This record gives sequence, structure tokens and C-alpha cells, in this order.
Amino acid sequence: MEPRSAQLGRISPGCSICRTVALLTLGVALTGCGVADLPDWSTVQPASDMGRSILDLYKIVLWWTGGIFVVVELLLVYALIRYRRRPDDTGVPDQVHGFTALEISWTLVPAAILFFIAIPTVRTIFDVQRPPPADAIEIAVTGHQWWWEFEYPDLGIRTANELHIPVGRAASLTLTSADVIHSFWVPRLGGKRDLNPGSENQLWFTPDSVGVFDGQCAELCGTSHANMRLRVFVETAGSFDAWVDQQLQPAVEDSVGVQVFLASGCVACHAIAGTPAQGKIGPDLTKFGSRSTIAAGILANEPDELAAWLRNPERVKPGSRMPNLNLSEERIASLVAYLGSLR
Amino acid sequence: MSATTAGTVRHESIYSGGIASWLTTVDHKRIGVMYGVTALFYFIVGGVEALIIRLQLATPEGTLIGAEAYNQMFTMHGTTMVFLVLMPMAAAMFNFLIPLMVGARDVAFPRLNAFSFWTFFFGTILLNLAFFVNQAPDAGWFGYANLTSKQYNPGLGIDFWVLSLQIMGIASIASAINFTVTILNMRAPGMSLMRMPLFVWMALIVQILMLLAFPVITVGLVFLFFDRFFDTNFYVAAAGGTPVLWQHLFWIFGHPEVYILILPSFGVVSEILPTFSRKPLFGAPFVIFSGILIGFLGFGVWSHHMFTTGLGPIADTAFSLGTMLIAIPTGVKIFNWIGTLWGGHIVMRTPLYFAVGMIALFIVGGLSGIMHASTPIDLQQHDSYFVVAHLHYVFFGGTVFGLFAGVYYWWPKVTGRMLGEGLGKLNFWVMFLGMNLTFFPMHFLGLDGMARRIYTYPAGVGWEQWNIVATIGAFVLSVGVLLFYLNVVRSLRSGEAAAADPWDAATLEWSMSSPPPEYNFAVIPNVNSARPLWLYKYGPTRDISKRSKEDGTPPQPDHPVERIELPSPSHWPLVAAAGLTLAGGGTMIGLLPVLLGVAVLVIAVYWWAFQPLERPGNPVFEPGGGSG
Repeated sequence: MEPRSAQLGRISPGCSICRTVALLTLGVALTGCGVADLPDWSTVQPASDMGRSILDLYKIVLWWTGGIFVVVELLLVYALIRYRRRPDDTGVPDQVHGFTALEISWTLVPAAILFFIAIPTVRTIFDVQRPPPADAIEIAVTGHQWWWEFEYPDLGIRTANELHIPVGRAASLTLTSADVIHSFWVPRLGGKRDLNPGSENQLWFTPDSVGVFDGQCAELCGTSHANMRLRVFVETAGSFDAWVDQQLQPAVEDSVGVQVFLASGCVACHAIAGTPAQGKIGPDLTKFGSRSTIAAGILANEPDELAAWLRNPERVKPGSRMPNLNLSEERIASLVAYLGSLR
Repeated sequence: MSATTAGTVRHESIYSGGIASWLTTVDHKRIGVMYGVTALFYFIVGGVEALIIRLQLATPEGTLIGAEAYNQMFTMHGTTMVFLVLMPMAAAMFNFLIPLMVGARDVAFPRLNAFSFWTFFFGTILLNLAFFVNQAPDAGWFGYANLTSKQYNPGLGIDFWVLSLQIMGIASIASAINFTVTILNMRAPGMSLMRMPLFVWMALIVQILMLLAFPVITVGLVFLFFDRFFDTNFYVAAAGGTPVLWQHLFWIFGHPEVYILILPSFGVVSEILPTFSRKPLFGAPFVIFSGILIGFLGFGVWSHHMFTTGLGPIADTAFSLGTMLIAIPTGVKIFNWIGTLWGGHIVMRTPLYFAVGMIALFIVGGLSGIMHASTPIDLQQHDSYFVVAHLHYVFFGGTVFGLFAGVYYWWPKVTGRMLGEGLGKLNFWVMFLGMNLTFFPMHFLGLDGMARRIYTYPAGVGWEQWNIVATIGAFVLSVGVLLFYLNVVRSLRSGEAAAADPWDAATLEWSMSSPPPEYNFAVIPNVNSARPLWLYKYGPTRDISKRSKEDGTPPQPDHPVERIELPSPSHWPLVAAAGLTLAGGGTMIGLLPVLLGVAVLVIAVYWWAFQPLERPGNPVFEPGGGSG
């Protein structure tokens, strides 16, 4: 794959049509696309064991199907050119009805090729769904319209939309939904798995690179399905432990900020550990200030963007379950300051 | 150069008569035309919906339409293209062609046929009425529970969707029964099943798939209707129901539906390639049996749409391997098509362009289908743009190109005029370019992690370039489609008159004038071969001499040789269909319209049942050309 990527990389990225035509002709070059500057979401640049075994399997199937593509399309084009009617073709061609030996061979050859695809497929099916190792870090994931709830039952941490996991250690997710069906998908960390209301699904993978990996709900879940993103921070063991320690520190029980929070109606849905705010409907905000994004990965956690969100959630996230509380600018400013301080 | 003598008398009058004659017609040819016109109208509607989708996605954070409108657009685009365009376009061909190809004067149940059309037609109106009350359905064409529940979707959109699908499903089942009986019982003397044209074979498989698949979606929709209207809990997890049940029911219908959509095109291609290669179809029995096998296996692979649902490794393995098996009969078909071209004298006309284009594009969709037949790969590709690319290579590259091939091929028979050849080839090349420009980049978007059904996406993650290419491609594709409509208009206004057998073809529909007379066959033919007209024209040649018992069937005489009486027009199928639609759609309003609709339906069916088939005013054709 590498040499091919390098070749494709040399084609000017501006010439999309040239590239499309080139790739169409090659047919087999699917993985080559855009390798030069792979985006953060690419399934062909995996950062976990699951992602890698899927990519390995994909490459096997790609080469077989790519080969079949080239052979069959060439046969088709050859037949069209070679057997085009010419001026001297006056009579009728030989009225051939078929040839049984050919029928048998073009039944058996594809069957044999499928065998070579099926074997690694079945192996990988069982490989990615075997039980997680005993030392896996357990995370309960609950989908909501339109945000993610993450709970670390063994660590006593509850957070939202941004998942922190240590590199090199299996992360075992137990997935369910509080409302409609969602699907957990962080492309670089592996395949997706649905979050079904009323039942639990399992997904586990071992991340092998430190980094920030973005994801997106992959099952249509209503108006703001597109606005249900998530972010996974894969960290070294040391930074992960530091993050855990930070998350476990409760907020100050009472402060001017808490009072504004309680008085503004936020408390009906949101919880801040250590304070009287214990709402369960919306995301837990205990360490809100430590997150990089808000509103399920669609805004940066900056004072301006947070203020815009508080001013009118519907405008940022259509259909948002968070109501517009008609907060005064003064109050919004205090809330922004307070939430930003929750680190 | 053709040895045919038929067609000196023209029969354009079969389409004459006022609007009332169309509303009451039971002629399979007119009903076919009405299906075709309806499908071509909704092709524009569904196409405009697609362009809105592509414009919204042309750039990151697009602002053309909002989230709600976008969800409505892709839901209506999918539902429209599947149920209002591809299925009725195939139904148009079944209607027009099956009686002509099997040597019959009409379908088995002409009035039921009219009922099917009108029920379908009113169903399409009911579905699109949702736009006019500004509550179009927005849960996707697959309508996954429990997003469709009253709790999460309180408006009328899903009600419109459920009821119109249910009503159109009744039309499909009635029509499937009708065509199954027509094909099995009304073939001309001597036309054994193995002498039946390939298009009719594929049509027969499609009818059986519809008969078996539509009842399943009907049950799924009844559950959903009960959940929404009577507070039952079939799909309500909180009350112990199972949302995943819908996925099983939907896909047990939905996967055979894929073959319902593609097999007609396989049939079309299997007719066109022999005609333009001037050879019989290579390995015809293998093509037939692989079609049957595809239909049969198609019922056992539904859960490959549900690999991310979490069914466990055993089920994943079974459905993965089952799905891969379908590649074998599909490959057999493709190889036999190439075998048909091989050694032929290929005549490069527009129908052949589209037929070969269909094969070339379907190969891409078939091969990407093998990729996500493999469960682990599908865990990445499912619900990503990779699948959008795949399904459009199958449905646009496969079904639409195949149906266009069929339209270009049979248009002369339907209208008595030729479509423009130069414009037709331009039409093909622009569509072929636009199709690849639109859908091929979607493979890359999917591999780069772009999910389906999102109305907005972030900038700077590498998706901009392919999205703008796809949007430009969609407009190129639209220009290609518009060239087709232009060709149609020009042909109807001033197209060259079509001979009875303009392509020098082999099957019975070319043995009478273009368009055919109202009674189709002046004399019911005797069929002694799979290629009756070809054998008449060219006689047994070298390779078929060993089948010397076969001989040809002559073209039809210009006038009846016996008295022919056709079934009389009736307005009761139309009234019954209107009553059914009113009863169904009325559930959204209240009891009164429902009761009114049921009353209309019952009365219409009563009068329909007691209206004699033969009565004064029946179309009657006397030997020698007189008609009374």
C-alpha cells in the first residue's frame, strides 16, 4: 500500500477530477486516497487493535475485488471493441447458446475466491468480538438525544461527550440508550456498535497511539443527529491518572457561581458533584471547564461559544432538548465564568 | 433488411380518447404508460430532492436548509426513488411488455390491474401531501423504530409515511398476483417456461419476491400504526417492546426489495445484449437459474444490514457467508452477459450503451457489496458514505441504467416513434460521467469517516474536496437526465416513425406493429422456440440446427382473423382505489373520513364484482379490419 500512496500523493491534490479518473481507472486504489494528509476520522489510519484488524481484512478484500474489477471490466471493454459489427459482417454470427464447461468454471472460480475472503472474515468476526481482557477499563456509555454520557463505574467518574482512556490498555464499553437508537463510532479506533434502548451492547478495543480522535453518532437519531459528535482522548497512563484525580475532586460546595447556577434553572437537568445540583437529564457538568468542546463536540469550549449556546441552544443545535431559558446577558456572563472555572 | 411484413397498418389510435378513457382503461398497455409517466414525474421530484441534499453538503456547515428539512429531504428522496420511481418504472415495463412477450391479449385480471395502478397513484399523492402540511416524514426510508414512535416523532410525518407505504403495498401485492397468474397461465401455446423471454423470467421472480416480502413490511407497518394510533408497545423499549424487531421485519422485506429493484434491469439487459449482439443469450438456463437463486438467497441475508446492531459472532458469520454466496450467481450472470457479447456482431445503438453501462457500473456496486458482506469491514463502512456510494452504484448504476436501456429499447414499440440516436448517446455519456463523478468520491468520504444522514459536517477534516466533486457530479448527472427528457419530447413531437421490428430482434413483442393494436395479437401465436421471430427471419443456423424441431413464428397479420372482444373499460377500480386511500389517509383526521372511505370501497367492489366483463360497448374487432 505504501508505494501506491506515494504515487497518488504526487498527483496535485487540486486536480480532483484527475484523481477521480485515475482512481476509477486503477479501481483497486481505494486505500490510496488522501493518504498524504489523512484526516482525523480516517478508517484507513487506525489507532487501535480493532481498527487495524479491520483494515488488514479490508486490504485483503480490496485486492481480491480490485483484481476482479480490472479483469471483468477489461473483458467487457475488450468484447465491445473486438466484436463490434464491421461493414463486412453481413451475415449473422455463430449462434452460440452456451458452453457448460465455462459455466462451471465461472461458478467455481468466484466460489474459490470467496473462500479466501470468507476465511479471514470469520476469523476477524470472532477476533473483534472475543471477551475483553480482565484488566480492561470499564466504561458505561449511554446515548441521549443528542449527547453521550460516559460513566466509569470502577472509578466513580461521570462525564459527557469526551472520553479519556489510557493508551495500551483495553477499553471495554457497555452501550445502551436512554431514548432512541444511536451508534458509537470513532473511525480511527475501530468499528461502530449500536446503542439500543432496553438492551446492552459490548464494544472493546485497545488504543495503540496517543492522540485525540473524533467520532460521530452513526445511526439516525432525530433532528440533531449530525450534531452528536464525540471526542476520545487516548493518553499515557500518567496523564490518564492525572485526569482521573482531577475528575474526582468535587466542586466547591457553595459559591456565587453555584448560586447563579441554581437560580438559573440549570439545576433541573444538570449535576455538579459536591453541590446541591443533582439533575440527571442533561450532561454532568462537574468538570465542565476541563473539556475541550461543548454541546457534543460541535462548539469549542470558549467563553464566546458557551455564551452563544446559553443564549439560544436551539440555534446551535436544532431540536435541542436544552430549553432557551431567556437568561439575561449578565447572568450568562456569570454562568460562563462559573462553568469555565469547573476544572 | 428485416424480413418482417407486419406494421404497414399503424395503430396510434390505441392512445386516443379523452381523459375519461384513461381513467377507466383496463388495457395493460395504457396502464403501463400511466405507470411510466408517473415514475418519470417522480424521478424529477426525487432528483430535485437529491440536488437539495448535494447543495446542502457542497461545503462544510452548509446553510441552505436546516436539520429538520434535511432529514425530510433524504427520507423523501429514498422513499420516492424506491417506491415512486424504480418500482413503478419496472411495473410500467411489466405491464406493457409481459402480455406482448408471452403472446397474450391482456393480463389475467385487467380490472385488478387498473386497481393496482390507481391505488399506487393515490398512495404517491398521499405521501407527498405531507409536504403540503409541512410535516414530511423525517426518519429515513428505513424508518427505524423507535425514532418513529409518537414520543420521538409526534407530528403527522410518520403517519403519512406508514399509511402511504401500506396503501402502495396493497397495490404491489395485487399486481404481483396478477402478473404471476399472467405469466404462469397465459403464455401462448408452445411457450414452455424455458422458452419464455429472460425479461419475463426476471419479472416472474420479482412478482414472487413481492408476494413474499410485502406481507412482512405490512406486518411491520401494522405494528407501527398500532403503536402510533392505539398506544400499543411493539417497538417501545421502556414498555418491554423491542425496537430491533422493526429492523428484522424491515430488512426481511428490505433485502428482497433490493432484488425487486435490480432483477428487472437484469431482465432488460438479458434481452438487449442478444438483440444487439445478434446472438442468443449465452447460457440462458444458467442466467435464469442464477436469477432464481439470487431471489431465494435474498430472503436469508437480511441481517447483513444489522451487523452493528449487536447480534453476536455466530449470527454475523452466518449472514456474512450467506451474503457472499449471492456474489456467485450474480457473477454467473455478468459472465454470461460478456459471453453473449463475445463473438457477436455488436450493433452500437443507445439501448446497448445503457445496457453495457449498467453492467460496468453494477460490477462496482457488486464488489463493494462483497466488502461490507464481511462483517468487520461493515462495522466501519455501515452508515457511512461508503454505503451511500455502494447503494447508488447498485440502484443508479444498476437499476436506473438498466431501466433507461429498457426505455430506449422498447420506446419505439410503446410510442411508434424512435428516440434520437445522437441525443441518446450524449444522454448516456453525460449520465455515465455524472454518475461516477457523484458517487465514486463517496467511497473516499466513507473511508475517511463521514457518516450518512448528517446535514452538516465540520471543516478541516478532509471532506471538503470530495463533497464539492460529488455536488458538481450531481449537476452533471442532472444535465444527463434532462437530455433524456429532451429526447422524449423531441421523439413525441417529431421522432422518426418506428417499424414493427426496428432492432431486428427475436421476441414476440416485435412481431406486431409499433405501437401494437389494442388486441395485441391478431392471431394468438404458436411458439416453438425461445427466439420465435429470429428463427422465422433467419431460420435455423449452424449452431441451432441440432434443435431442428424448433421453428420460427411469423409476424402478426395486420388485421384480426377472428372476432376479438376485449374487456370493457370500468371506472370501479378507480373508485375502489380512491375509497381505499380515503379510508387509509382518513385515519389521520378522524372516524368520519375512514367510514366514508370504507363505504366507497365496499360499494365500488360490489359494483365491480357485478359488472359483466362483456357488455354493450365492449371493444370488438371483426376479421379483416372492421371494428364495432
